[in-house]
Amino acid sequence: MKQTETDVAIIGGGPAGLAAAVEADKAGCKVMIIERDDGLGGILQQCIHPGFGLHEFKEELAGPEYAQRYIDMLEKAKIEVMLGTMVLDITPKKEIFAINEQGVVKVQAKAIVLAMGCRERTRGAIKIPGYRPTGVYTAGTAQRFVNIEGFMPGTRYVILGSGDIGMIMARRLTWEGAKVEAVVEIMPYPSGLVRNKVQCLDDYGIPLYLSHTVVRVHGKDRVTGITIARVDENWKMVPGTEMFFNCDTLLLSVGLIPENEVSKKAGIKLAKTNGPEVNQFLQTNVDGIFASGNVLQVHDLVDNVAMEAKRAGIMAAMYATGVRLPSINATDAVPLVAGNGIGYVLPNKINTNVDQALASMIGPVKVSLRVKKPVDEMYVKIKNGTNEIYKKYSKHLRPSEMAILELAKDALKGIDKTQPIEVYLEPKPAKDVTTEAKHE
Amino acid sequence: MLYDFAIIGAGVTGTAIARELSKYKVSAIVIEKLSDIACETSKANSGIIHAGYDAPENSLKAKMNVRSNPLYDEVCKELYIPFKRLGSFVVALAGQGTAYIEELYQNGIERGIPVEIIKDLAQIKKMEPNISNEVEAVLHAPTAGVISPFMLAIALAENANINGVDFVFNAPVQAIENMGRFFIIDTHGKSFQAKAIINAAGLYADDISKMAGDESFTITPRKGEYVLLDKLSDFVRKVLFPVPTKKSKGILVSPTVDGNVFLGPNARDQDSKIDNSTTLNGLDEVIDGGRKLIPGIPLVDSITNFAGLRAVSSINDFIIGESKVTPKLFQAAGIQSPGLSSCLGIAEEIIDAIKASGIELKLKDHFNPTREKPIVFAELPWSERDALVQWNKQFGHIICRCETVTEGEIVQAIRRPVGARTVDGVKFRTRVGMGRCQGGFCTPRVIKILARELGVEEEEIVKREPSTKYFFGETKEFRHPRTARGHNGEVLQP
Repeated sequence: MKQTETDVAIIGGGPAGLAAAVEADKAGCKVMIIERDDGLGGILQQCIHPGFGLHEFKEELAGPEYAQRYIDMLEKAKIEVMLGTMVLDITPKKEIFAINEQGVVKVQAKAIVLAMGCRERTRGAIKIPGYRPTGVYTAGTAQRFVNIEGFMPGTRYVILGSGDIGMIMARRLTWEGAKVEAVVEIMPYPSGLVRNKVQCLDDYGIPLYLSHTVVRVHGKDRVTGITIARVDENWKMVPGTEMFFNCDTLLLSVGLIPENEVSKKAGIKLAKTNGPEVNQFLQTNVDGIFASGNVLQVHDLVDNVAMEAKRAGIMAAMYATGVRLPSINATDAVPLVAGNGIGYVLPNKINTNVDQALASMIGPVKVSLRVKKPVDEMYVKIKNGTNEIYKKYSKHLRPSEMAILELAKDALKGIDKTQPIEVYLEPKPAKDVTTEAKHE
Repeated sequence: MLYDFAIIGAGVTGTAIARELSKYKVSAIVIEKLSDIACETSKANSGIIHAGYDAPENSLKAKMNVRSNPLYDEVCKELYIPFKRLGSFVVALAGQGTAYIEELYQNGIERGIPVEIIKDLAQIKKMEPNISNEVEAVLHAPTAGVISPFMLAIALAENANINGVDFVFNAPVQAIENMGRFFIIDTHGKSFQAKAIINAAGLYADDISKMAGDESFTITPRKGEYVLLDKLSDFVRKVLFPVPTKKSKGILVSPTVDGNVFLGPNARDQDSKIDNSTTLNGLDEVIDGGRKLIPGIPLVDSITNFAGLRAVSSINDFIIGESKVTPKLFQAAGIQSPGLSSCLGIAEEIIDAIKASGIELKLKDHFNPTREKPIVFAELPWSERDALVQWNKQFGHIICRCETVTEGEIVQAIRRPVGARTVDGVKFRTRVGMGRCQGGFCTPRVIKILARELGVEEEEIVKREPSTKYFFGETKEFRHPRTARGHNGEVLQP
C-alpha cells in the first residue's frame, strides 16, 4: 500500500476540484487532486458546446476550453494530480483510501475538499413504466456516446425533462442529423436555463411539451416508440391526452443528484438536497472536511461552481494551516431555513459568533438558493424571528437559476440564536417604485 | 453429434438439471432461445429461497420446496453463490386475524420446517424495526433465504460446462422431430440430435412439449412487477410477506442478497408470453402493497422497476417427470413460484425419472463440484485489494462506481466458462450497472471492454439479443477524421 501525505486533498478533478485546488495552492498549501477519470475536467470534457466562463473569464468558452484554463494554472503551480484513482473511503480522521492501477493508496490529509460532483437521475427514480429495451439513456450518457466515443445512440429521439443537458443534447443530435421529435417536461415551465430553451429548442423548431410526461416505453428489445400524456397539477396523468411518438431512443434529463456515497462513510451528515450540511465556511459536520460544487448543491453555471469551490479551497487551506474555523456543530450555528417560495437554501447553518478578524477576512456570508417556481416582482427577504435582516428586489426568479445573496456581517449582529434564520419570498406591493429603482 | 440429452432452456431449472446430469457419464447440451443464461423468468423474480410451509399439501411444489431448501447451503458454498438465510416473516396486520398464519404454522410443523409464531410486538419490532405499527403477529421462518437467481443459474451452468455439458445460445427451438431412437431439434439455422429431451423451457414449455407430441398441458404467463431500491443497510432485515391472496404470496418487501431492498410482485395473468413491461397502475399496486408492511419505505431511493413472467401450468403445479405420451421426453414444466426454491430438488427428481425410464446413468469417477472462485473486489479487505492490483492492474481500474466493480472482474466474467458476451451478461455476472446510476456511467466503458476482449467493433456489442444494439453508426467522420490542418495548412499532430 502506498502511503502519502498532503495539506489539502481534493476529491474530484472536475470544475469544483480544479478551482479549489488552484486557490488552496495560492494560499501556500501542498495540494493533491484525486480524480477517478483518466483526465481532468470532469463532465466539462464532454460539454463541447460554448457558454462557459462568461462571468469568470468574460469570454464564451467550450467546456474543455474552460477546463483547460484551470489545468494550465494547475500545471504552472505544479499541483499534484492522481488520475485514474478512485476514492473508496474517507475517515473522519481525514485518511483517504483510494485505488488505482498501481495499487491501494492511502492519503493522510490535513483538510479535504469534497468535489465529486453529481450523477443523473435515472428512469427507475421517476417510475417510467413499460419495457426495458436498449435506447433509454440519460442525456449525459448520450452526450458521452456522441461527443467522446463518436457513436450515434439513435436516429429519432424523445427527450424527457427540459434540464440543460437535455436541451443541449436536443440541439447536438439535430446537428448530427438526428430528429428530435419532442422535449417533454412535467413542470409547467422549462427546468433549464431560458437561454438554452431559446438557443437549443426554439431555434431548431423542436417542440417542448410542458406539463407532460412519458407514460410508456414501447419496444421489448429496442425502443420503438414513446407515449406521453399531459399531467395535472399533482403530476397525475390526465386520461385521454396520450400522444404516441415513433422513435428509437428516449433520453432522460430529469435532474441531478449530488454524489455523496463516500461522504457518508466519513460520517458526514447530508441535507435533504442530498448534499452535505455546511456552514458559511463550507465546512461539513466533520471538522476539516469541506464541500463545494455539485456535490454540495446542483449549480446552474460552472462559473458559480468555481466561485464556490474557490471559497472551499481557501477555507481548506486555512484549516490545514491551523486556523480554527467555526464548527457547524457549535451552539452559535443558527439554522438557515427555506421559507415561502424557496426550494432550498444554503448554507444549512450560519455561525453567528464569528471572530471579527476572521469575519472581515471572509467577507459577507454568501447565501445561495433556488425558488420553487418561476416568480416575478418579488422581494427575497431574510428574517430572524420577526426581525428582518435582509431584503432584495428581484424582477424575475427562476428555479433553473441559482440566486446568490450576500449578507453583510453587520446583518448578523444581535441574532437571536433560539430562532432560525428564514429566507422567504414576498410579493412586491404594487407601485413600490422607489425600492425598485434603488435595487435595479 | 448425437447427444444423450438435450436440455431446452437455460434458466435455473435447466442449469440445475445440466449440473446434476454432468455428474454422470453422459453427453448433454443446453439449448437456449435467448442470448445468455437466466434471461427470462429466472432473472426477474423475488430471489427468495422459501422455507416450504406455504405450497399446498401434497403438491409437487411443496415436496420440491421442502426437499430443496436444505440443499442450497452446500451448492452455494461449492459454487461461490451469494446466499443468506435471513429468515422470513408472514405479517398479520390488525384486522386480518391470525388464522392464516396459524394454518401455515401447522403446515410448517407437519413438514418439519422450523417455524414460530411471534405475538410479542416489542420482539417483532426489535427484529424488524421499520415494520408497520399495525402488526399483530408474525410467522417467523428462519430457514427462508435470499439468493441471486441469475448468479445461481450462471454458477450452475459454469459448473456443468466444466464437467462437459455444451451450451448454445440465441437458438430458439422451431421444431422437434421424433425419430424413434432419437430426436432432431431444429433451431434457427442449426439442428441438434439427442436421444432424450429435457423440457425446461419455462414460459414456452407447453410449446416445446407440443412440438415433441405431448399436448397435455398449457402454460399461462403471470406477470409480477417489482420496484428495486438502493442499498438501504438494515432498513429491512427479513423477507416480509403479507397475508397472501389466492393468486400469489402477495406483495413482499425484502432485502436482496446484495443489500438492496425490493417491493413486489403483484400477480396478473395475461396471454402474452412476450409482454414483460411494467405498468403505471401495476407499479402503484406494488408500492401500496409494500407500504402496508413498511410504511416508511423511502421511495426516493428506488433505482429501477421491472417485471417478470411466471410460468403457470394448467394444473397449477409443477409438472416433473417423463411424458406419458412421448417416451424420453422429460418435463420440468410449470416451474413458477416456488421454482427458484425448488430447482435443486427438481434436478434430482429428473435424474430419478430418467433412471426410472430405463436409461442407465453411471456416475463419473471425477466430477468437479466447484468452479474457480470469482474475484469480487468490493468484498475484499484493503490488503488483499492491493495484492490483487499488484498481480493484475486491471483490478485497480474501477469501471462501475456504484457497485465498485473493476475492469479485472469484467474481463474475468467474459473469459470464464460460458462467459459473458453481452452488456447484460457482464452485468449479471459482476453487478456492473446494477447500482444507483443504472449503468449511466459504466455502460460506454463496458462496451469498450467487451469489444476489445471479443475482438469486435463497439457497434457490434449488444445489451442482450442481437436486436438490442446500442449504436446507429458513427457521428460525422468522428472516428476517422481527415488529416487535421491548422490555419496555415500545416498538419496538426493529434
